[in-house]
Amino acid sequence: MSSTGTQIEVRGLEIGYGDFSVQHGLDFSIESGDIFVIIGGSGCGKSTLLRALFGLTRPKRGSILYRGEDFWEAPTAQRQRWMQRFGVLFQAGALWSSMTLAENIALPLGEYTDLSKAEIRDRASWVLSLVGLAGFEDFRPAEISGGMRKRAGLARAVALDPEILFFDEPSAGLDPLSSKRLDELILLLQETLGSTIVMVTHELASIFGIGTKALFLDAESHTQLALGSPAWLRDECPDPKVRTFLRRGENG
Amino acid sequence: MQPAFEVLVSRPSNESLCIRLAGTFESPGPAPDAAAALAAIDDEIRSIHFETNALRSWDSTLMAFLLKLVRSAEALGIAVELDALPSGARRLLALATAVPEADPARPEVAAHGKLARAGVRAAGAWVETQKVTTFVGEVALSVIKLVRGRARFRGGDVWRVIQEAGPSALPIVSLISFLVGLILAFVAAVQLQYFGAQIYVADLVALGMAREMGAMMTGIIMAGRTGAAFAAQLGAMTANEEIDALSTFGIPPIDFLVLPRMIALVAMMPLLVLYSDLVGILGGLVVGVTILDLNFAEYVNETRAALDLADFGTGLFKGAVYGVAIAVAGCLRGMQSGRSSAAVGEATTSAVVTAIVWIVLTSAALTLVYNVLGI
Repeated sequence: MSSTGTQIEVRGLEIGYGDFSVQHGLDFSIESGDIFVIIGGSGCGKSTLLRALFGLTRPKRGSILYRGEDFWEAPTAQRQRWMQRFGVLFQAGALWSSMTLAENIALPLGEYTDLSKAEIRDRASWVLSLVGLAGFEDFRPAEISGGMRKRAGLARAVALDPEILFFDEPSAGLDPLSSKRLDELILLLQETLGSTIVMVTHELASIFGIGTKALFLDAESHTQLALGSPAWLRDECPDPKVRTFLRRGENG
Repeated sequence: MQPAFEVLVSRPSNESLCIRLAGTFESPGPAPDAAAALAAIDDEIRSIHFETNALRSWDSTLMAFLLKLVRSAEALGIAVELDALPSGARRLLALATAVPEADPARPEVAAHGKLARAGVRAAGAWVETQKVTTFVGEVALSVIKLVRGRARFRGGDVWRVIQEAGPSALPIVSLISFLVGLILAFVAAVQLQYFGAQIYVADLVALGMAREMGAMMTGIIMAGRTGAAFAAQLGAMTANEEIDALSTFGIPPIDFLVLPRMIALVAMMPLLVLYSDLVGILGGLVVGVTILDLNFAEYVNETRAALDLADFGTGLFKGAVYGVAIAVAGCLRGMQSGRSSAAVGEATTSAVVTAIVWIVLTSAALTLVYNVLGI
């Protein structure tokens, strides 16, 4: 499962909608085993960048290399095969509302593994236990709380032992304990499965607690301002805007 | 309501303005008028200060007034001394002015002038046409996959939609079809009575229902009932990123969501149309027997003589085609929906309108084709 080297390399990327450019001139690489955090003020294009990385929004210009091969230039079938190795947790969980939690997890498992129905059911129970939702297998998304939906979404994302996990604000809307638990889970997944993790987050505790590399996107200049370890961004980054952001506005 | 406050603008010197705030500035009372205070400013004013000795209590009523005053004064380059204001008000004002008033860039460009608007609309219509054709093309590819047995969806979904779109629609289809049969009979009777040819009411009702009205009325009912439901379901799924989630798992949303709905609707529509035809003919029969004093057996015989299988066949085929149109329109609008609850509502409306327009267009086209082929 685990591999070494550069997982994702981004070169001269420009993202946006129609004629509107949200971010341009993005250059960075994500190494295997990184917990890569994307930070920046509201509306700076973090989620759009994430969607380009995991294959939902085609970038306007530039390239995303996935293990050295151009992700968006590849034929659709090849891109879909790569996407099977990704796990994605959407902002609100994005569980399929007409299915129970177990069915939500079973659907991708049924598509991509040769497991029997009973084995799939066991796997669903296992990942639900991981996120503290054991016993909720037969609940529908509408019957559980927002935080629980998010954790169930995480269970679905990790069920296929993905190589790269993409999180869109994983801890937003979670209570401090669940949020801490989620951080621990992310770390554990990274250590045990060797997954690479890319996440958009505002949670300072997560950024400094588990992030190994951080990318700061600026909403005004529409480009990246800093790239490095989270602590370096906070303490030594030459750009005062980045330091201020990571200190919640207190100058350092 | 009499204001419980007083705003007094005075001019202690040529270059400064003093605003005296007195009394209670509280909701739901009236708000002070910033424009009146600003009117006192002329070119020579350099500073503004406040007097608040008699200010008793205040809330957002005062703050909105102060913010407007401070923003306008700053724009004119006039210094505002806030020292006299209560410290809470000062801090709130500092917070409100910390981030300068932005002029956020919007992606859309507003078009001015008739020509520009027409151009924007034409470009929009072109994009819309492209989207519809792309979607229809994708659905067609999925159908080919289905025929080859490689489409991926859950059989349970088909049965659920069949239940929703079939048996559950029977009551409303019964009611509307019966009434349409009645109406057809009445319209025919008024004309045919002049010739003493009331018995041909049976022919008119039978042919009208079987060839056109059965399919048309069922189509319109299903567009409003099931097409709208499809758009709302898929729209809510789009808003909740559920469709994105399907795509990231490599499950084609068209296979998984559109195909089961289309299969179910195409399977149910001909059955509903046949049912509607029969109920409509029954409606005509009731008018014929009770009001036109026709003999029951006579009416039935006349109906059987008027109809052949091809008449039913044309109606049923139309029904199946309407089923495709309703399913495609509903799913298309649902998947095009934006990510807000308002957008889901718009998608639903648009799905019904689109489906009805498509139904009428295909009905006209098919009637022409039948005519040319002599069916």
